[in-house]
Amino acid sequence: MNGLSRRTLLAATAAGMLALGTAAHADDNTIKVGVLATLEGAFTVLGQDSMRGADLAFKEHDYMAGGKKLEVIKGSSDASPDSAVAAARKLVEQDGVQILIGPLSGDEGLAVKNYAKTQPQVTFINGTSAAQDTTLRDPAPNFYRFTTDGAQWQAGLGDYAYNTKGYKKIVTVAEDYSFPYTQVLGFMLGYCKAGGHVVNKFWVPIGNKDFSSIVASIPDDIDAVYVALGGADAVNFLSQYDQAGGNKPMIGGSITVDQTVLGSKGKTKTYLIGTPSAGPIADNWGNPKWKAFVAAYKKAYPDGFPSPSLFAHGYYVEAEAMIHALDDVRGDLSDGQKAFREALASQTLDTPTGQVKLDKNRQAIADIFLTEVAQGPDGNLYNKVVKVIPEVNQTLGTPEDQFLALGPVSRTNPECK
Amino acid sequence: MTALASSSAPSLALRLGLKPRHLVVAALLVIYPLLASPFWTVQIGAQILFLGVIALSLMFLAGYGGIVSLSQMTVAGCAGYMIAVIGTNSYNLGLGWPWWATIPAAIVIGTIFAVLIGIISVRTGGIYTIMITLAIGVAFFYFTRQNYAIFNGHSGFAGLQPPVLFGVSWRDPLPFYYLSLAIAALSYAAVLYVSRSTFGISLQAIRDNARRMNALGFNVNLHRVVAHGFAGILASLGGILYVWLNGRVSPGTIDIGPVINILVIAVLGGLRHPIGPFIGAALFVLLRNFAIDLIDPERFNTLIGLTFLIIVLISPDGLLGLWEKARGWVRSGGAAAGWRQKQG
Amino acid sequence: MRLFLLTIMNGLTLAALYFLVASGFTLVFGLMRNVNLAHGSLYLLGAYIGYDTADATGSWFLGVAAGFLSMSVVGLLLQIGVFRHMVGQELRQTLVTIGISIVLADLMLAIWGGKTYQFDPPDWLYGAIRLPLVRAYPIYRLALLGASIVIGIALWLFLNRTRIGMMIRAGVDDRAMLSASGVNTQRIFAITFALGAGLAGFAGVVGGTALSIAPGEDVRYLLASLVVVIVGGMGSVTGAAIGALLIGLAEQLGLAYSPTYGVVYTFLIMVAVLAIRPQGILGRPA
Repeated sequence: MNGLSRRTLLAATAAGMLALGTAAHADDNTIKVGVLATLEGAFTVLGQDSMRGADLAFKEHDYMAGGKKLEVIKGSSDASPDSAVAAARKLVEQDGVQILIGPLSGDEGLAVKNYAKTQPQVTFINGTSAAQDTTLRDPAPNFYRFTTDGAQWQAGLGDYAYNTKGYKKIVTVAEDYSFPYTQVLGFMLGYCKAGGHVVNKFWVPIGNKDFSSIVASIPDDIDAVYVALGGADAVNFLSQYDQAGGNKPMIGGSITVDQTVLGSKGKTKTYLIGTPSAGPIADNWGNPKWKAFVAAYKKAYPDGFPSPSLFAHGYYVEAEAMIHALDDVRGDLSDGQKAFREALASQTLDTPTGQVKLDKNRQAIADIFLTEVAQGPDGNLYNKVVKVIPEVNQTLGTPEDQFLALGPVSRTNPECK
Repeated sequence: MTALASSSAPSLALRLGLKPRHLVVAALLVIYPLLASPFWTVQIGAQILFLGVIALSLMFLAGYGGIVSLSQMTVAGCAGYMIAVIGTNSYNLGLGWPWWATIPAAIVIGTIFAVLIGIISVRTGGIYTIMITLAIGVAFFYFTRQNYAIFNGHSGFAGLQPPVLFGVSWRDPLPFYYLSLAIAALSYAAVLYVSRSTFGISLQAIRDNARRMNALGFNVNLHRVVAHGFAGILASLGGILYVWLNGRVSPGTIDIGPVINILVIAVLGGLRHPIGPFIGAALFVLLRNFAIDLIDPERFNTLIGLTFLIIVLISPDGLLGLWEKARGWVRSGGAAAGWRQKQG
Repeated sequence: MRLFLLTIMNGLTLAALYFLVASGFTLVFGLMRNVNLAHGSLYLLGAYIGYDTADATGSWFLGVAAGFLSMSVVGLLLQIGVFRHMVGQELRQTLVTIGISIVLADLMLAIWGGKTYQFDPPDWLYGAIRLPLVRAYPIYRLALLGASIVIGIALWLFLNRTRIGMMIRAGVDDRAMLSASGVNTQRIFAITFALGAGLAGFAGVVGGTALSIAPGEDVRYLLASLVVVIVGGMGSVTGAAIGALLIGLAEQLGLAYSPTYGVVYTFLIMVAVLAIRPQGILGRPA
């Protein structure tokens, strides 16, 4: 091959890239905000709902905050930490955003937190990522999380399962990675403290849909099975458990007893009535603020979900937090965004699910909803709110040094056989 | 081989086939970061360079050795993991060795891993190699995801950075770019050199007719295993740069998606000449970063898959092959010539 | 004891599913030397189409038939439209299948989304039956095992007792000779690919009913087919059966007794087979 051709090809490529390679700049009356969610891959549907939540908040304030116009740029990841960092980098370094809201999933959150440390001039606000260590250990001074973590989501459930439902011995079934570890930790803190025994923990490899060995290994002398699988996997598990003759009641993690499970065809449905669960939202809460939020969501997005998911809710809350803080400081992002960040850290935010404050690690302290599955008058199943657990902090009420001494979440943390 | 000992710069240049036009390209690459923004320098430029290096290792095995190995990203990821495990990381789970021990150790372990993969896969050879290397890659992925003692499972490691040397932080845009450029240039030159050496010629002969080479007394399997090892060195270098860019490594880095992407990059560019992987990497990185601005970002994979399919169907030699065909067509008078005579 | 027996039974039924998927893969490779890395995509696509059919018509059996037929047609089109023009270029064919699998996976994600689909098997296939020692076992899995055995025997009869089967086996042994003896090899190839793809689609519906379908299942079953065929031997349907048995049992025993690394054990078996007998248990030396 003649040299002219190869060199021309390379030169053309280089020239083309140079032509496109200028970074964008914001003017003084606009604030550039980046919103990052999983818009690729298997979690796309969740990412889309997240964007709806954020957009709803922006719309309600006419895309204005602190007297300045908001310019929103969207970023997309595929739930892998590498792609989240790449998308964040593009938003910050290429598009020049001053505030970044996101990401969606736990491991992405840890990666973005670490990236945030290298970009002190940008304020990072969480999306819905719920890994504990994002704010508990080695937090970034410019990362703010107004949503609760996976362990907080299970507050009150352990105590309820032991004392009210009377389940003294249980086993847990969950997927083998960090988010389920966090959920199990949150549940077991309360459960073990109340006196319960977790006889065995079954950790299912990610993506595995064959629960037959686990079903076979569940002992007979337990009172209930704690299941922290995603909705569709939960349907699989229940169906396989049911077919193998299993009959123990279930306790649900935050994403387990969702519409997929409650609305599934088949006999497994009636088996679920009475299943307790806990999480950051409850679809059928009677509170007027929540109902107003649901109505606004439905009006703005007729082709969205029947009810806003916790992803839409989470991104809505985070966006609201940003807008309120900007309003408080009248859009002043000067001097390394000092005033804005102080406003973020000190504000008490009114959300559709109650009030939210931040602790010293910039982690949310918020209310959690304890629910139980009930049958409505039309025969359909829904999650009824049993009680609201108020002001749950990241250590779930345990003294901080004790909580930190437990160590990071893992397969064997904690134990109470 | 004796020519090596007494080679001077001009004869080395001749052996590598360097010509003045190469210097023009080199100059362009060197001044590029001075004209482009940091994002373009690092996220686009440096990424093209080190992805190109990893794809180059695949091209070396496939183009010169006839071995299509899907384990190159796996080897790269292994070296990246070793940087985290042997060095320091944000979870304080590493051994904490200093950089001048960590980096060579990572390269050595990556190469050993590549040699092991070579040993397992050479006995079957041919089309089986794709399946076997893919299966090994997936097995390693599962292992890193399940094992917390060494690999910290699903979360992986963060806080991976190149050291601060000679007062320069090598993760800053310009130093990182030049580091990647240096490694890419070295790898390119190394592949060219090896391909024209005795070993390289023998490897290509084995690719063409292994049985004959065996009959001539060459140890076919040994040649292939050594080829895997050499490719492993390249892949390890690329892998270390890869984890330094993101500052992290996790099982997602060596998942089946990234593994196939390296094959896509190498084939897109062309498996016949070492410049091919870099051209393929350029196309891939540009598409990936700007798909969200041009078309529906969700369908990036369809776009890249279709591009890949079209290239494989119409030009088995990738973009390089297309370029050659186009030039040959233009030079011979194009359509008019096609009328008058059959195209060769 | 009960756990052990249950695990063995789970292993057998899983092996039945793996055999269904892998037999198509090994047929295509054995005869046409085409490593069809889109095989997993055919599994998933057949499952989705079968699901839509069953949902629309209310009949699960129609869904099964739709899965088989739709993928047979796709396989036929692929062979006639694409692979026929690449005879002898094995690498190129494999690369094309990789490209097809990437595009198909993304298009399926676009059309059917990221959610998991659960099939609705007929009532008489649902639930458990009482068995001695293990107390209860899902009927569906036993039915799956039965269906697999029936299909395996049918496949064996097809390959060993019919004329076309004889030609396929001859082609696996020596393709050039088959062509030289006057057989229309392209027609044989088309039939084989259609059959292989159809089996994948059939397995998609049948397996999907047991284990549900979602994005990512295509990769899972492709890898399972790869490992089964490497262990059992290329081009041999009996080899696929043996490989499936080994891998199915290993996977279930691993999941039950050593869940942390269970998934890795199957690959270790593969590596061991490659080290000792590279062509697979029933394969022929290259």
